[in-house]
Amino acid sequence: MPWTTRFTGKSHTFADLRELMAKATPHRSGDVLAGLAAESAEERVAAQAILADLPLAHFLEDLLIPYEEDEVTRLIIDRHDADAFASVSSLSVGEFRDWLLDYETDSAMLAALAPGITPEMAAAVSKLMANQDLILVASKCKVVTKFRNTIGLPGRLSVRLQPNHPTDDLKGIAASMLDGLLFGCGDAVIGINPATDQVSTTTAMLQLMDELISRYEIPTQSCVLAHVTTQLQAIAKGAPVDLVFQSIAGTQAANESFGIDLAMLREAREAALSLKRGTVGDNVMYFETGQGSALSANAHHGIDQQTLEARAYAVAREFKPLLVNTVVGFIGPEYLYDGKQIIRAGLEDHFCGKLLGLPMGCDACYTNHAEADQDDMDNLLTLLGVAGCNYIMGVPGADDIMLGYQSSSFHDAQYLRQALSKKPAPEFERWLETHGINDEHGRLCENPAVLLDAVRNLGLSNA
Amino acid sequence: MSELPSHPLKHWTSARVGLGRAGGSLPWPAARDFRLAHARARDAVHQPFDAVLLQHDLEPLGLPILKIETEVHDRATYLQRPDWGRKISSESQALLSEQQTNQGFDLVIILSDGLSAAAAQLQIPPLLTALLPLLGSWSLAPLVIAPFARVAVQDAIGQAIGASNALMLLGERPGLSSPDSLGAYLVRDPKSGNTDANRNCVSNIRPAGLEPAAAAHRISWLLHESRRIGTTGVGLKDDSDSLPIADQGRVM
Repeated sequence: MPWTTRFTGKSHTFADLRELMAKATPHRSGDVLAGLAAESAEERVAAQAILADLPLAHFLEDLLIPYEEDEVTRLIIDRHDADAFASVSSLSVGEFRDWLLDYETDSAMLAALAPGITPEMAAAVSKLMANQDLILVASKCKVVTKFRNTIGLPGRLSVRLQPNHPTDDLKGIAASMLDGLLFGCGDAVIGINPATDQVSTTTAMLQLMDELISRYEIPTQSCVLAHVTTQLQAIAKGAPVDLVFQSIAGTQAANESFGIDLAMLREAREAALSLKRGTVGDNVMYFETGQGSALSANAHHGIDQQTLEARAYAVAREFKPLLVNTVVGFIGPEYLYDGKQIIRAGLEDHFCGKLLGLPMGCDACYTNHAEADQDDMDNLLTLLGVAGCNYIMGVPGADDIMLGYQSSSFHDAQYLRQALSKKPAPEFERWLETHGINDEHGRLCENPAVLLDAVRNLGLSNA
Repeated sequence: MSELPSHPLKHWTSARVGLGRAGGSLPWPAARDFRLAHARARDAVHQPFDAVLLQHDLEPLGLPILKIETEVHDRATYLQRPDWGRKISSESQALLSEQQTNQGFDLVIILSDGLSAAAAQLQIPPLLTALLPLLGSWSLAPLVIAPFARVAVQDAIGQAIGASNALMLLGERPGLSSPDSLGAYLVRDPKSGNTDANRNCVSNIRPAGLEPAAAAHRISWLLHESRRIGTTGVGLKDDSDSLPIADQGRVM
């Protein structure tokens, strides 16, 4: 149904909910590329004004992609918890924004609400919110997950150690891994992106990490970010898989372009659970997402990229992940043009994920053809830290030599923990202190013996 | 505290390990090195493409050279509208059609700055100097210089000029340690509707990566093999190692 408003003094009309949501979205290049963006700044505010007056319940009736056509829509509707939704069911989107910001709305209320919120509701309210609103409300959402340690506790900031190597060289990977551990990074996961998607490479990487984690009793988990089918084959051959990874998106068609569906993810989770490798919990999945992936796969159904990103979180939520990572600036300037757009998208994704009950982390990153630099990433990291982001990336020197982009570094993690008085996951923090990597104030120590020993054991001595 | 140049981990990877620390932060020498690498990559993205100079450098090859236009005319638009970089202007369409011959060409070679003008200026002349002698039996269309182009423009150009194969050479997205890397994309039977699955890619062409002369041999092998089996893309497997995931698809 079309909506018209004269709120701005001029008449603005929007044909349907997809158009309304797209035109209410803060400006970004990907929506322009898709031909969906507001044509003027005023039209954007007009769309936001109409969106604010829509009842939240409208999103349960007016589906962006028909139920019959898309299994992500079916998941969203079938899993909607009407009891959890009851506390906000009478609110409009604008009233919901103000309710989220209210003093009385606390962590427990937000956690209880999460199963009643759909991705479209989260996306809609985020479009009305300023950056500070996204930060404040996200900071009230607490999402704690466990495998061999506990991630997402208040006052904690974890790091995914990302020791990639362009030719999958195991000693090169081990060198980056040790460098990261030496900097107190790796408590979220030690996760390697392989250059080639092969069972043999994946298995060799998993064995390397398993040996290191076992020998030094590191309270963390490992992951090789190969395709889910590759990891399933590795599990079948007995590989030591802690977390199963997959990139996911917000439409069935986009997921098909990744070569996956919900049944495959369900199978993967069952396989990982069957190994019973977690010690303090059984969150066994690791998902990555990013605005623009559906458009990039020509599977966006005329929906704006931020709303589709939120729909990907419905997929993640179904599988109780340990970690969800929005890889916000990797996709390039045709989707997020500059530092401003990347920062906004990172805050939106973190907010929407947290509101939906997910353990959100963020790969604050950019490519060299984006109008962004390391200062923009410093800004985003700091804002995410204030917002209570569960974890960030740790890449040697912020320079991923395999994927060819810049992310956050081990040093960046040290900065953020210092500036915001954040600590690693508690089990990992104890391990760092026991092995003389951190002192009791969380400061790095000189030449910890455990890592010099690891250098020898992994054959990385220069001699 | 400053950098530890003899850090044992540096021996095993080109990743930025063993950088030392100032407190927990990056010490100045490492911060400086990173800034220089990023500055070079940024300059490579924004360096204007000197098509006249490239044309001059290619004159010794003895092939006629055409300069055409896509629907993009500036760098900012190029970065945000990949769809326009895949289309040629109507004037260029007409210019290319005028070149058609009755028997058609075996191959059209298209040259573009892509995401690194430096890569195009530096690597294309030595690459073509090595490649053309390997293609003695091929009837070649004029060289086509197409600034601000994306890979898939090879379909429009190949179709317009009447060539049975199209080879696109263009600058790749600059990496922090590789601001001048060239990519080569080959497609048989260029036409609208082709997808990335129809193309073969040779990536990382630069003196410190795949040297232009070596790249010429690999491209020649792919061209001859595609002529033998009648296809490019997933049906044409390079005998050498499969390309890493990271090298695929970034300038599409």
